[in-house]
Amino acid sequence: MSHDHSLNPETMPQDPEKATLEGKNKFMGLWFFLGGEAVLFASLFGTYLALRNSTADGPASDEIFGLGLVFVMTMLLLTSSLTSVYAMYHMKNNDYSKMVLWLGITALLGVGFLACEIYEFAHYITEYGFTFRSSAFGSAFYTLVGFHGGHVLFGLCWVISLLIRNAKRGLNLYNAPKFNTFSLYWHFIDVIWVFIFTVVYLMGKVG
Amino acid sequence: MSVTATQKRSVGAVLWDYLTTIDHKKIAHLYLIGGGFFFILGGLEAVIIRIQLIKPENDFISAGFYNEMITMHGTTMIFLAAMPILLGLMNAIMPLQIGARDVSFPFLNSLGFWLFMFGGLLLNCSWFLGGAPDAGWTSYASLAIDSPGHGVDFYVAGLQIAGAGTLMGGINFLATIVNMRAPGMTYMRMPLFAWATFITSVLILFAFPALTVNLFLLMFDRMFGSAFFDVALGGNTIIWQHLFWIFGHPEVYILILPLFGLFSDVFSTFSKKRLFGYTAMVFATMLIAFLGFMVWAHHMFTVGLGPVANSIFAIATMAIAVPTGIKIFNWLATMWGGSITINSAMLWALGFIPSFTIGGMTGVMLGSAVADYQYHDTYFVIAHFHYVIVGGTVFGIFCGLHYWWPVMFGRILHEGMGKLTFWTFFIGFHMTFFIQHFLGLMGMPRRYWVFLEDQGLDLGNLISTIGAFFMSFAVIVFIINIFYTAAKGERPSPDPYDGRTLEWATASSPPPHYNFAQLPLTRGLDPLWIEKMEGNGKMTPAEPLGDIHMPNGSILPFLMSLGFFIAGFGFIYQVDHSAWYLALYGGMAFALGCMVVRSFKDDHGHHIPKEELEREAD
Ligand code: HEM
Ligand SMILES: [Cu+2]
Repeated sequence: MSHDHSLNPETMPQDPEKATLEGKNKFMGLWFFLGGEAVLFASLFGTYLALRNSTADGPASDEIFGLGLVFVMTMLLLTSSLTSVYAMYHMKNNDYSKMVLWLGITALLGVGFLACEIYEFAHYITEYGFTFRSSAFGSAFYTLVGFHGGHVLFGLCWVISLLIRNAKRGLNLYNAPKFNTFSLYWHFIDVIWVFIFTVVYLMGKVG
Repeated sequence: MSVTATQKRSVGAVLWDYLTTIDHKKIAHLYLIGGGFFFILGGLEAVIIRIQLIKPENDFISAGFYNEMITMHGTTMIFLAAMPILLGLMNAIMPLQIGARDVSFPFLNSLGFWLFMFGGLLLNCSWFLGGAPDAGWTSYASLAIDSPGHGVDFYVAGLQIAGAGTLMGGINFLATIVNMRAPGMTYMRMPLFAWATFITSVLILFAFPALTVNLFLLMFDRMFGSAFFDVALGGNTIIWQHLFWIFGHPEVYILILPLFGLFSDVFSTFSKKRLFGYTAMVFATMLIAFLGFMVWAHHMFTVGLGPVANSIFAIATMAIAVPTGIKIFNWLATMWGGSITINSAMLWALGFIPSFTIGGMTGVMLGSAVADYQYHDTYFVIAHFHYVIVGGTVFGIFCGLHYWWPVMFGRILHEGMGKLTFWTFFIGFHMTFFIQHFLGLMGMPRRYWVFLEDQGLDLGNLISTIGAFFMSFAVIVFIINIFYTAAKGERPSPDPYDGRTLEWATASSPPPHYNFAQLPLTRGLDPLWIEKMEGNGKMTPAEPLGDIHMPNGSILPFLMSLGFFIAGFGFIYQVDHSAWYLALYGGMAFALGCMVVRSFKDDHGHHIPKEELEREAD
């Protein structure tokens, strides 16, 4: 098919993720999507800020949060953003196996983050009896942080299916935009976490 | 309707075609059919409301049923009728106006439609399953939390699904306009309707997520025991109001801006003049959109946010009247000295100007925070927003349907019936809603099931109800017109109105599914008109004739939406019996499964060979 040929050129262009119209569309579409996601998280942050002291005599934020674990989680996620940058760097150099390697590391770091988060939630529930239903603060906390966790989980499923699907294919102009959009999404998730770290944990402990 | 005599196909084939289509023109048909269906439904609900209010202390329907009626009327009209019909018009016309063969994300486009459709159906299933939602279209949390039964749960699930579809539509249009404009079609050469589509999509993108979050909070409270709005556990119901109106006020501009664009195109076409103040029109639209995000608390003046907040929001609200005024004057100036054709499309546009202006004026009155303590939650507010939404949005929809019917269906609507529709609707509309200003000023509250005798409200309500019958008559005439036109309507040339923009520059009416065999070269604002003035009469191609790449159809959007529909029932009923988790997880798994299939199966689209294009050109 003529088409396969045009998607597998002899020499890869400089920016394989934006070389086709489909690639440009995906790139634009994802940016717009992230704009909407920003409003989604802004609404959740607003709700959380309104309710963060509404503990209804249940556990309050400075009693339960431990910054140690949250610091580890922050490091895991920040590093995973960096590794996904490496992956994109290798994509632009048309080095498929290195890209896969770095994406794999990204996914592993993401799994590590998620495991910590599950441990954290379980700890709050068993140690402090602090749940989604304890108080308005509880609802707002688990909803905001849980939405972020859900996004991480979605991102993991996304990158893992990309890696599986393209395991034997190598890089081409059809899948390069897909890897690239994933990495943009992943950075976004990371930025949101930085806000959560500040607004929820730091302000909850100190503020 | 689009099936021409030369290619008659079996009903099954047509049905399958529409279920799997990703052609923006056919998705437009689907939106119009779906939105039209809900428009009729919402209209029936309105008539039932007006019959209940035809005389004092009427008992045509029960109080509880009345609450369901007003809730479903508002929700249906805004989310399931007006918005989808607008998305339909945008889908049909915007890609043609910018000279594109398709949209950026055809698959997502179809998914957006099916999500809307299934969301709407889910919401309306509530009628048969123990009662519809009854906490008003605004569904304020204090009421909604305590509403018994599953009505409000249907509101939450239905709007969540439909809203996701709308969001996809918005993203798709944005990417399309950024990436797919034909050669020479710079931003400042786009017709106003394309501009309006772009800016409306920005509004959708930034407004809908607030509604999404709000619906989640309500859903968690009602179905999973959280405490966002539970005051006993520290919750706060005002959060709902804020998030609702942070979404809600931009939403009302989502409803009007596309029509502002459309009216600009119509005035300029039928005045045979270039739009007066094109640049000002574009920037006024942007300004309205921007300010639209700054005024949400004018719906909350009586909540008690305090004088400082109220003043700031009052001033911001009144400021919107400025760019709106610019637009009104530019439309008038466009017609000034033009050679004007008055047909049914133009009549709707002409009727729009005074009607909408009245609505804008009452808007400024409401924007005065102090005075609003008197107006708030009375019929004055009802009169205000019907003047802007009916006088603006609905007039605009009728205008657009009459204007673009040839592009969408290859037939031209019957003029006589078109004019009859306009005049009966126009008279009925003012009869119904003008008097409501005074009912409101006399203190008649909105959303009350009955009013008492001899309080000076009897005659006004009677007149209002009679007006509603006029509008119903008009809609029936319009429906007859559609069927008449489908059977006997005239087949116009692709350019029946001596048009100025690219949707009139296609090879046939309706356009071939690839829109343009060769992409047109745009040389300025009103590109087709420029070519006409220079004696060419048609667009110069911007590329040699070659193979055209088009995407493939797919049934997956339909199936995915079906999955979410089933999951919706699961969410609603799992509180009663845990067996419903089966539907919840099953539906979700099915939808996600479809998503995985979509990403694992390569879909490179197909090519239409050059030879075929040459054959069709003959
Ligand atoms: C000059 C522009 C406008 C101004 C200053 C304005 C102002 C207002 C104000 C202050 C209210 C709140 C009244 C109250 O509840 O006490 C209101 C309600 C409303 N407006 Fe407007 N408005 C304008 C244009 C529009 C447009 C263009 C639309 C829709 C196309 C619209 C739709 C609505 C709706 C739906 C409500 C009532 C919502 C509800 O409570 O159910 N308005 N407007
Ligand atoms: Cu408003």
